[in-house]
Amino acid sequence: MIQVQNISKSFKEVKVLTDISIDFLPGKINFIIGRSGQGKSVLLKCMVGLLEPDAGSILYDGVDFLNMDEDQHKAIRQEVGMLFQGAALFDSMTVEENVMFPLTMYSNLTYSEKLVKVNECLERVNLVGKNNLYPAELSGGMKKRTGIARAIIMNPKFLFVDEPNSGLDPETSIVIDNLIRNITYDLGSTTIVVSHDMNSVMEIGDNINFISGGRVEWQGDKHDLLKAENEALNNFVFASEFMQEIKENLRGE
Amino acid sequence: MTGILGNFGRYFLLMRRVFSRAEKKKVYGPLITDEMIKIGVQSVGIVALLSFFMGAVVTLQTAANIESGWIPKWTVGYTTRQTMIYEFSSTIVALVLAGKVGSNIASEIGTMRISEQIDALDIMGVNSASYLILPKLIASTVMFPFLVLMAMSVGICSGAIVGTMTKAVSLNDFIYGIQYDFDSYGIVYSLIKTVFFAFILSTIPAYHGYYASGGALEVGKSSTKGVVYSMVAVMVANYLLTQILLL
Repeated sequence: MIQVQNISKSFKEVKVLTDISIDFLPGKINFIIGRSGQGKSVLLKCMVGLLEPDAGSILYDGVDFLNMDEDQHKAIRQEVGMLFQGAALFDSMTVEENVMFPLTMYSNLTYSEKLVKVNECLERVNLVGKNNLYPAELSGGMKKRTGIARAIIMNPKFLFVDEPNSGLDPETSIVIDNLIRNITYDLGSTTIVVSHDMNSVMEIGDNINFISGGRVEWQGDKHDLLKAENEALNNFVFASEFMQEIKENLRGE
Repeated sequence: MTGILGNFGRYFLLMRRVFSRAEKKKVYGPLITDEMIKIGVQSVGIVALLSFFMGAVVTLQTAANIESGWIPKWTVGYTTRQTMIYEFSSTIVALVLAGKVGSNIASEIGTMRISEQIDALDIMGVNSASYLILPKLIASTVMFPFLVLMAMSVGICSGAIVGTMTKAVSLNDFIYGIQYDFDSYGIVYSLIKTVFFAFILSTIPAYHGYYASGGALEVGKSSTKGVVYSMVAVMVANYLLTQILLL
């Protein structure tokens, strides 16, 4: 479980996050949604240690991440997997080397033992036989799937996913969503997804946190989301005419 | 002024990270070998080519400027040797490598920064500064002295070839000149300078790449900055080391 408590973050005069408190539950897919520029990615970066918040605390299973020593940091990071928006694969490495990288850094397994694990992960993300391709030779969806394979090779307790479906077609998006769902439920990991893709939210979201203006405006599950009375949330969720029609239909029911 | 001091501070903090909490030794082996090939072996051609012409030009210019009958012709060989060993092989090769190796290091690390590959390393708990910069630093420190020794040899040989082909100096005079009053400390001096230059040429471009931000345009800018600042640093270090080692 990850608990974010009273996190605030500013860049010079601009306040990006104000007093954010969220509990991210284990074995669940926890979404952070909101319009662009509302602080979702900044919150994610604070949670994984790429940015330091001005105030507040972040607890990984009750231990304060911001006050850990280097060894504790290193240990907790081996339990963290992250899928980046652009996959962030290492250009100079093949698919196999990318996926194997965390094992190379942190395990004493032999090459053949590591290869077995890599192939298991590649099978899981449907990339069997693509071991020797370089990132430049992969499509957007394949890059994301390779990124997922790299993120899960250490069986992470905490899985962070940044905009998993950006730049992907609807069909591939569903494949990625299903992968995230299956991995979360199989590993029992605390999964945190930053997204503004409502299809994805409605497909796999368990807990949803809506951020607007650097504050948590609304929290709940996807069933409550469509009936919520929060104006900012409604403006975000029902921004398109199509979604407004759905809303009218829901009210009619 | 704050900007310059700020950059100095950030550079030294980055260097501290490079040398602290290194990853497992077995991880660095293949990386260092790879960098030695990229930085050293793949620079052999350009260094040899430039050294050939530097040696040839120094020989011809010296021969053209010795008109007095009081100055012996072997001075041409002597001057070529001294110039190649003391200055051209180390400093000019360092400036050439700043362009080739420095820009490569800055753009490689800069691209990794803007495409979140460095963030990925950090999130995995890898010391990204050490993992990315230390192999380049070790490879440069090992390979640059070999390149400089090669530059000295090629430059002096090209001087002999061009000098005798153009009849600017006889081969015997040239050979007498390169043997005259030879002090091997000149080579030691040049190699000591090279080690410092290797440090500068691998870390300053790496620093600019590591802190690149934005998009492809910024990577280009960081690459340019890396090359320019490392060239300036090489010239400053050249002056200071010369004063310390020769006077």
